[in-house]
Amino acid sequence: MCGIAGVVNLREPAPVAAETLAQMLAMLRHRGPDEFGIYRDGWAGLGSARLSILDLSGGQQPIGNEDGSLWIVYNGEVFNHVELRPGLEARGHRFSTRTDTECILHLYEDEGPDCLRRLNGQFALAIWDARRRSLFLARDRMGIRPLFYTVRDGQLVFGSEMKALFAHPALRARIDPDGLAQIFTYWSALAPRTIFKDTSELPPGHYLLLEEGAITVAPFWTLQFVEETDPTRTEADYLDEFEQLLIDSTLIRLRADVPVGAYLSGGLDSSLTAAIIRKRTTNRLNTFSIAFSDPAFDESAFQRRMAEHLGTDHQVVYCSDADIGRVFPDVIWHAETPVLRTAPAPMYLLSELAHSCGFRVVMTGEGADELLAGYDIFKEMAIRRFWAKAPDSALRPLLLRRLYPEIDQVSNASQAFLMAYFKRGLSATDSPFYSHTLRWSNAARLKRFLRQPPAQGAHPEFDLTPLPRDFEMWSPLGQAQYLEIVTFLAPYLLSSQGDRMGMAHSVEGRFPFLDYRVVEFCGRLPSRHKLRGLREKRLLREVGRKYLPPEIWTRRKRPYRAPIHRCFFGDDSATEYARELLSPRAVADAGLFDAQAVSQLAAKAASGAQLSEADDMAVAGILSAQLVHQQFVRDFRSRISTLRPADRVKVVDQVAKETTH
Amino acid sequence: MNVEAIIRAYIAENILFSGNGYPYRDDASFLDGGIIDSANVMELVMFVEEKFGLSVEDTDIVPDNFDSVRLLAAYVRRKQPILA
Repeated sequence: MCGIAGVVNLREPAPVAAETLAQMLAMLRHRGPDEFGIYRDGWAGLGSARLSILDLSGGQQPIGNEDGSLWIVYNGEVFNHVELRPGLEARGHRFSTRTDTECILHLYEDEGPDCLRRLNGQFALAIWDARRRSLFLARDRMGIRPLFYTVRDGQLVFGSEMKALFAHPALRARIDPDGLAQIFTYWSALAPRTIFKDTSELPPGHYLLLEEGAITVAPFWTLQFVEETDPTRTEADYLDEFEQLLIDSTLIRLRADVPVGAYLSGGLDSSLTAAIIRKRTTNRLNTFSIAFSDPAFDESAFQRRMAEHLGTDHQVVYCSDADIGRVFPDVIWHAETPVLRTAPAPMYLLSELAHSCGFRVVMTGEGADELLAGYDIFKEMAIRRFWAKAPDSALRPLLLRRLYPEIDQVSNASQAFLMAYFKRGLSATDSPFYSHTLRWSNAARLKRFLRQPPAQGAHPEFDLTPLPRDFEMWSPLGQAQYLEIVTFLAPYLLSSQGDRMGMAHSVEGRFPFLDYRVVEFCGRLPSRHKLRGLREKRLLREVGRKYLPPEIWTRRKRPYRAPIHRCFFGDDSATEYARELLSPRAVADAGLFDAQAVSQLAAKAASGAQLSEADDMAVAGILSAQLVHQQFVRDFRSRISTLRPADRVKVVDQVAKETTH
Repeated sequence: MNVEAIIRAYIAENILFSGNGYPYRDDASFLDGGIIDSANVMELVMFVEEKFGLSVEDTDIVPDNFDSVRLLAAYVRRKQPILA
């Protein structure tokens, strides 16, 4: 895996200082510490920080085409490069490396932006056409790899992480209140919006083309949930197609010149991909898991059971409340956004473990819950729709007990309150946002902590439109899956909890369930093969039955969670920063929140009182926003560094050449 | 499949999680036999509404209609005469 960065002049030529590129790359060192690369000409500068995974000795970037008119810097993996290469060679392309990087470059030469449809992988890339002076940026379909950009003073500046942008001398981070409002609603800012003003994220499945000073951003692929209606296809047919796809998507993700490990959560998804690897290859497999000292969050018994069943070399990192509190500032530095959960922190510790064991590539089960309907939010929607058919029924809402068994334990009065909660908006079943309205309105209560209401705020009708064509024709489940993927998987799980936590320790995640062929298959798959009654992930369980012990494939989905407030309010001096950042002075300095309200929240959290879920989200959200402000707005300049004399840097300098000519 | 078979298959697969079908007699009481619990009853309501296109009133959700495969199938047929 790697990091990329660059600067392109829109109208006038002006060579980009090599030192600017070096400083931008130094901010991405964690993503690619092995080698660096810099390309410069009169109009553009590109940079690459590389973590070598394929063609370890020959793949140093930037890579040019045969006549040196096109240059690519690239972060990612295209797993089908092996299949793409012979066709390119037959068309006369000469390769100077064994990398997927070079395949993409030649494909782009031949096919332009359409080449993206042929790539199966996870990538963010930049190709500079020096002759036509055009820049092409692109990002994979699901948004596994990040890419950000901004336009300022006649220059387009881009990078894998926003900290690379802010290392450019003309750019400064400023918090965008509307971005914050989105995070305090959807849990993440929605691309192109970010937490920072004038800083855009290239949305998943999109490319950006800069030609003659004009910028176009367009999709090359879109999520679709149009269910197949072929009555002749049986469940066995779907099962067979799915299993074959999952095997292939897993196996092509083992392509690497370094060993590939796997994360084991103890659940069905990661267990299944690990089992496929063990069953279909002769590879030894190293697996990695998080164990929590608090049994309420711990899954280690299942992880051990699975590791024994698979016969893997299993490593565990034990995560305490204090560990989470201790690493949280680093987590936010890497995530570059406020978060409403601490769950990224254990993922940060997990990648540290994989790294320390010598691994730079790991498989994970991410995506199965979204694509095959594993989450409770899908069941909650099904129950509320069922209830909405007879809103006065006293019996229908009792189904919610299937999801929330704790309802039974609370008093009758609280039950009535809970029922009233779930009844809100019950009859609005025609709303495209029906499945997620309750979650969003619940999170949006955090906005009461904001010092001033944002100009726009967060409104799904505005933030999530236009919805895909024919969205209203999709099944309710398909609509809910789309919203979950767009608002939660891509911006939060794959980023704050995924790419950023892995890359913090130079570890690349690979996601068999996010192979676009699997995604498209699940989009066509009729709902009954996903959610059957209130039983989730129907088809996946059926595949699991073939590979896994029953206690794994019959397990009810358990959400991955981590403790929150007690991580920051223990006796540990390592979390002194939390009290400091939540103090009235620090809150007033940052200017984001109402200092009085934050003081009361902090006092409640420090008192050891039982905190509600909403209070916990507020603690995480406010503290992480304060950290973002401290690290990116207030103290950022002190973190800027540059490349070191010992770094291996490939330099392609056309500026010097152009000057000598 | 007749109505009874559809109901048996649903319960076996989604409530009993059994790979071997529905192991009880059609007139075995769901609640007395511990086959399903009271919350499962609502899953059954959800299922028959979707599967057979019925509307089930609260007043219909009583043991006389929902306490065995036989009673439930009979109820479905009464509500949906085309299946009778």
